[in-house]
Amino acid sequence: MIELAQIGTIAGKEFRDRIRNRWVLAVAVVFAAFALVIAYFGAAQQGAVGFRSIEITIASLVSLVIYLIPLIALILGFDAIVGERERGSLDLLLTMPITRLELILGKYLGLSAALALSTVAGFGLAGIAMANQLDLYALLNYSGFILSSVLLGMTFLSLAVMISVFATDRAGASGLAIALWFFFVLVFDLLLLGALVATGGHYGGAIFPYLLLLNPADVFRVLNIFNLDDVRTLYGMATVFPEELANPWLLGGIMLLWIATPLSIALWRFKR
Amino acid sequence: MANTIIEGRNITRHFGAIHAVDGVDLDIQTGELFGLIGHNGAGKSTLFKMMLGLLPLTGGEIRVQGESVSGNNFRNVRRKIGYLPENLALYDNLTGLETLHFFARLKGADVQPCAAKLERVGLADAANRRVREYSKGMRQRLGFAQALLGEPKLLFLDEPTNGLDPEAIREFFAILRDLQAQGVTMILTSHILADIQERVDRLAIMKNGKIQSCGSVQALRETVNLPLIMEIGGTVTADQVAQMLDGLPVVSIETRLGRLWVKLPREAKMQALARLMTIGNGMQDLHVREPSLEDVFFGLSE
Repeated sequence: MIELAQIGTIAGKEFRDRIRNRWVLAVAVVFAAFALVIAYFGAAQQGAVGFRSIEITIASLVSLVIYLIPLIALILGFDAIVGERERGSLDLLLTMPITRLELILGKYLGLSAALALSTVAGFGLAGIAMANQLDLYALLNYSGFILSSVLLGMTFLSLAVMISVFATDRAGASGLAIALWFFFVLVFDLLLLGALVATGGHYGGAIFPYLLLLNPADVFRVLNIFNLDDVRTLYGMATVFPEELANPWLLGGIMLLWIATPLSIALWRFKR
Repeated sequence: MANTIIEGRNITRHFGAIHAVDGVDLDIQTGELFGLIGHNGAGKSTLFKMMLGLLPLTGGEIRVQGESVSGNNFRNVRRKIGYLPENLALYDNLTGLETLHFFARLKGADVQPCAAKLERVGLADAANRRVREYSKGMRQRLGFAQALLGEPKLLFLDEPTNGLDPEAIREFFAILRDLQAQGVTMILTSHILADIQERVDRLAIMKNGKIQSCGSVQALRETVNLPLIMEIGGTVTADQVAQMLDGLPVVSIETRLGRLWVKLPREAKMQALARLMTIGNGMQDLHVREPSLEDVFFGLSE
């Protein structure tokens, strides 16, 4: 039986810790600053300065956020359990009337709330600054971008919590976190592309889009790019991507799966 | 027994080839102040962790208040267990009062008495200071206050006097006496054997994962029957003494710091004294030393 009060106590502590040490504030400021710089100066290379269109802004933000958010989430969560273990406070926590499931969920939800707040506040403030340039449709798209950014953060936070259960010390956990970031953000796409080119595009063309679902960062990209009619042809992916996958609900569901799976593995390991 | 709060049968924990705890039977009575001593690596902490349900058993069984430590109902027993870990680590960024509030909520206890608990361990003035600024002794007091949250029926105290000055140690044991008067059962470990010697009801000595001996301090002394030492000052020589004690089961006679140390079993004490009294001027001083708890402890754990 799960006691929500226990989850709440752990989550509340994690969340308050991040507010008090100004982590939430710092990340929100970074997000807001990047969003505004990209919105107003994103086209500087083409010789123009000033706000252009929300589609292009979002597309640029997506390629930035896809690097930044996984990194921030992994840094936020990699020591959730192993940090307590190394400090020596884990044993005391576990003698409390709390189950390991409640502890992991509490940690995860508290950190998620901190990350979600900085994401929504940071990009939200930037959105308010751009509000006079946005129509309702653009606003919807931008909200979708923020929501999917929160989901992206939560998937990598889930991976981070999993790492924090498996690692025996903080140093090992940080190494694993960086390796995961490297793999999902940099290596994975290169591998797919390499495989596609090596086979001359004859094989794998059909399963290629499905393989993208194995990487939460790619799911995030697809989720955003394919909601922007202007950009999807620009990226040249419209032709290879099957219509039945370009459904935001389905993609959102896959993100949720990417949250639930690492957490379940973490719990399984933590209970042993 | 109806009064047994902890019931352990054949408690076993192996880490690979290492038998950290090896078939221990242990019963602890309600209201008892029980001491657990042993060298580092003797298995004390492992045994503690198993009794707290932190570490699964390789074999055997432990029941606390009738509930198995590995069972699903143990959560409810935990609400009435207090624990002070050996290497206490708290959260530096919280104040003393916030720390207690956090643990009180986890225990499902009222947060109202937290301030009173801080006062009881002498931290009332530091309640709103961050733990980061606490000294080692203050952290230990805070940890103790934490263990007292939720009015526990059973207290596990691992090296509780760590980092406390003598004054604080006296206050600490005064609190333990109050708790004992309220019927709280306490199990504690300590390296400072003198602290334990006078204060515990019963004592268990662990070695190589086994309980070597268990009972009251007096009972342990009698079981071990360590030789006592007669320390003689004067001009009398070892040979003369050996001659006088001829026929008694003397263990050894040696010279230490200009005095003779005669080791012999307790039963021979009175006979030996009677003979030594005849030395006359050759003996200016005589001191009989009973084995201390340290001697008992090392005698048993050697």
